[in-house]
Amino acid sequence: MPANRLRGLVLIPLFIALAGCKAVLLDPSGDVARQQSDVMTASVAIMALIIVPVLVAIAVIAWRYRASNRDARYEPEWDHSSQLELAVWAVPLLIIIALGAITWIGTHQLDPYQPLNRVVDGKSIDTNVRPLEIEVVSLDWKWLFFYPQYGIATVNDVAAPVDVPIHFKLTSSRMMNSFFVPALVGQIYTMAGMQTELNAVINKPGVYRGFSANYSGIGFTDMRFRFQGLTRKGFQDWISRARAGGKTLSLAAYRKLASPSRNVPAAYFAAYAPDLYQRILNTCTQPGQVCKDKMMAQDARRNQWGPSARHSSPRPAAQQPLTSVHEVPAH
Amino acid sequence: MDHRSEIWNFLLGNLSLKVLPLHNTLEDRILQVTFAVVAISGLAIFGWVTVKRRWGYLWREWFTTVDHKKLGIMYMILATVMLLRGFTDAIMMRIQQATAFGANMGYLPPTHYDQIFTAHGAIMIFFVAMAYIVGLMNYVMPTQIGARDVAFPFLNNLSFWLTVSGVMLFMTSLFVGSFSRAGWLGYPPVSEYQLGSGVDYYIWGLQLSGLGTLLTGINFVVTILKMRAPGMSLMKMPMFTWTSLCTSGLIVVTFPILTAALFLLSLDRYVGTHFFTNDLGGNVMMYINLIWIWGHPEVYILILPLFGVFSEIVATFSGKRLFGYSSMVYATVSIMILSYLVWLHHFFTMGSGPDVNSFFALTTMMISIPTGVKIFNWLFTMYRGRVRFDVPMLWTMGFLFTFTIGGMTGVMLSVAPADFLLHNSLFLVAHFHNVIIGGVVFGVFAGINYWFPKAFGFQLDPFWGKASFWFWQIGFWVAFGPLYVLGLMGVTRRLSHFEDPSLQIWFVIAAFGAFLILLGILSFLMQLYVSIRHRERYAVGHDPWGGRTLEWSTSSPPPPYNFAFTPVVRERDAWTDMKEHGYVRPRDGFQPIHMPKNSATGVWIGLLGFAFGFGMTWYIWWLAVASFVGIVAVAIGHTFNYHREETIPAEDVKQFEHTGNWKPAGEGASA
Repeated sequence: MPANRLRGLVLIPLFIALAGCKAVLLDPSGDVARQQSDVMTASVAIMALIIVPVLVAIAVIAWRYRASNRDARYEPEWDHSSQLELAVWAVPLLIIIALGAITWIGTHQLDPYQPLNRVVDGKSIDTNVRPLEIEVVSLDWKWLFFYPQYGIATVNDVAAPVDVPIHFKLTSSRMMNSFFVPALVGQIYTMAGMQTELNAVINKPGVYRGFSANYSGIGFTDMRFRFQGLTRKGFQDWISRARAGGKTLSLAAYRKLASPSRNVPAAYFAAYAPDLYQRILNTCTQPGQVCKDKMMAQDARRNQWGPSARHSSPRPAAQQPLTSVHEVPAH
Repeated sequence: MDHRSEIWNFLLGNLSLKVLPLHNTLEDRILQVTFAVVAISGLAIFGWVTVKRRWGYLWREWFTTVDHKKLGIMYMILATVMLLRGFTDAIMMRIQQATAFGANMGYLPPTHYDQIFTAHGAIMIFFVAMAYIVGLMNYVMPTQIGARDVAFPFLNNLSFWLTVSGVMLFMTSLFVGSFSRAGWLGYPPVSEYQLGSGVDYYIWGLQLSGLGTLLTGINFVVTILKMRAPGMSLMKMPMFTWTSLCTSGLIVVTFPILTAALFLLSLDRYVGTHFFTNDLGGNVMMYINLIWIWGHPEVYILILPLFGVFSEIVATFSGKRLFGYSSMVYATVSIMILSYLVWLHHFFTMGSGPDVNSFFALTTMMISIPTGVKIFNWLFTMYRGRVRFDVPMLWTMGFLFTFTIGGMTGVMLSVAPADFLLHNSLFLVAHFHNVIIGGVVFGVFAGINYWFPKAFGFQLDPFWGKASFWFWQIGFWVAFGPLYVLGLMGVTRRLSHFEDPSLQIWFVIAAFGAFLILLGILSFLMQLYVSIRHRERYAVGHDPWGGRTLEWSTSSPPPPYNFAFTPVVRERDAWTDMKEHGYVRPRDGFQPIHMPKNSATGVWIGLLGFAFGFGMTWYIWWLAVASFVGIVAVAIGHTFNYHREETIPAEDVKQFEHTGNWKPAGEGASA
């Protein structure tokens, strides 16, 4: 990628400033974050084509045409030049066309909802490997992770084997947060009653920082979690250890967990109530609450308002999960 | 308190001694000291005014004035006072973040820290930046178009006092109850679920001042469209007037959205509707869209007038016509239009999908085209000019360097894939301070140094002006350079405590930078003090910089009526044109001048507005109802006031025109 070569040139001053500190956004360990970072540096490189000359020109012109320099030409009436004005519109326009092209392509290629098509540059997805499914819930103020393929749930600790695609589905119990592991992939909001998605892969084993990147109240600062990239073996061990505790996250236990608390240590559950994630997503974990998906289905059946009213024969609720934020019911 | 009788509940609503900072906690101790400082300085000012018997003067000449010049000055004073408040918040945050590592939790608990970052953002935008630009526009724009006042002088006074009532609510929240902890835009669900008075103070403070701003916008649009001097076609307007027109237009179309969004939020909070809740049909995304449909144009509302200021200054101090005037106008207008089409870039990470994100990324980038055009045009204005580096021009140079870099980091953030990494990080915080300090604040100081001699007849001391500039310029980079680095290290905003010790050094450097900025602010205050103290020494003529636009053609300070005869405009740089054609000031033939009369209505409505906001915040319904009825009554009463004009006799005009500050152009200028 040309951006990789340009990066060295353009970001030299930045790298000097960053020497000795871990600028994770410039050197992430997950392929998606790596590509996002590449788009970022490429955009800086393109803009530097115009920014650097402008900065130099400001200094040079200001110095050359200082009032005390009587050698410089002085033309107080000169205020128009068609060629120059064409240039001052055209040059930024060209830069933005280039940048816009990169952005358009990058935004579509790196859409967080898109399944990955490669594990790392030059290595495509092994079709035999199913993505690791992780369901994420931001609670006040800690993170809850479900592993539906393994039946375990964890708090403030999440792990994945390296070079295996991960598919996150995310929601929130109450506040709006942003799920962010800078080394892994760019962030995505978590919102109550709605689901967002994120596809990612970690390429290097290690322990990485994860946190909420959107202010969500008093305990926001402490909303940190650990993200671990593990070998296949290490991941299996991690799953086994989570199961070893033998605890179950029942609906009642969840209600207790979901009540506001700060600085919560990591916790592991060998099992959880089967429909718990769906219940959280459809905001019906408290006694007496009607799940949103059921409410939608009922509304549709009564042919009332609501987006499903278009369907002449509504499908049963179970087949109408809330799949994305675009399909949130109005009522 | 729980067993208070019904009558007390009725009278005091949710107010009780519990909400006062009387506890033996560090948070309350800080507030007690603050209160003592505010009370002592307030009493000192009150006592001084009383001893000097200046209350009548203040009331007649300032509080009830409808003169756009005096209102402009009052806005500038208000903004400077609020700058000190907002900056105190900033220093407190920098100290907290520089110390709260590992076992050290810092000196501010989240309950306090979160109020501070909320107050800092809201105050700096609404009561510092907005008040400064409204002040500048108020003072300068009517004199630039050769008008005697704005279109609706009383409305102008009312706008000011509505802004003050918002300020008073914000300041009251320091000592009575607490302030919002929901961030400067009050995102739900945090703002929905937060109990207590904080968010309500925020809502009513912004509703009152927002109404004032909307009225100002209407006022200025009408003024510019209807009250220009004969001959001043749209394409002969000074650049600052053009940018004021675009900003005012943006205010008119966007501030109602803010009002509506906050109104819906208050319905959710007060009467249990569900516009922005997670359940029962509400949706937080709606608020976030609405607030940014206002919020993004808002940042262009802030920056456009300063683009105008820089245009005036660059042309004046280069001794040259502004290069590419038409390009500048088209650039300003396209920024105005585009600014309305970019709001979603504040939440690319909400899951809108790649098509929507791409659209808003591209519109955002497109704004950098007209902005780039402006930078080039300022450069070409200096090209083949004779550039004098007086203090206003120094600020402009600082702006050109700082803003260009801030613009670049802004475009980086608009690249949607990169934004998934940079969103909400300290990189973002560094970026918007880069453009708001580098653009708005530098522009305001440039404007103050440029037009101060017009307003007062004497110049601001250049030594302290330069000191202020260099402290701000260097302090800015020392304070926010580290935040760029921290952002790239993956540090997010609004954190009150850190675990990774390797970050600390950067926060310490940033705190030192904030200290340098403090020196910059103190130098500015010193500059004001020294200049006012020795004003004879700094006295200048009415046109000290070799100005090019109409405001420099009248006396410094201008008479209440600005122009004895309405100027006739033939050229773009009207005053330069007049000077070149040997303009001679008329000495005779003056006519009596009709001027609007002072009115106390604005003061009363402002005070009642404050009482209404306070009553709503504390659920003191009788107070809210009574003051609301009062506002309506005063407003209706005002319509029966038929004596709203007075006449300045021709004799007085003549006397002023013979005794005003008409020293020859350029005298006292440090060319």
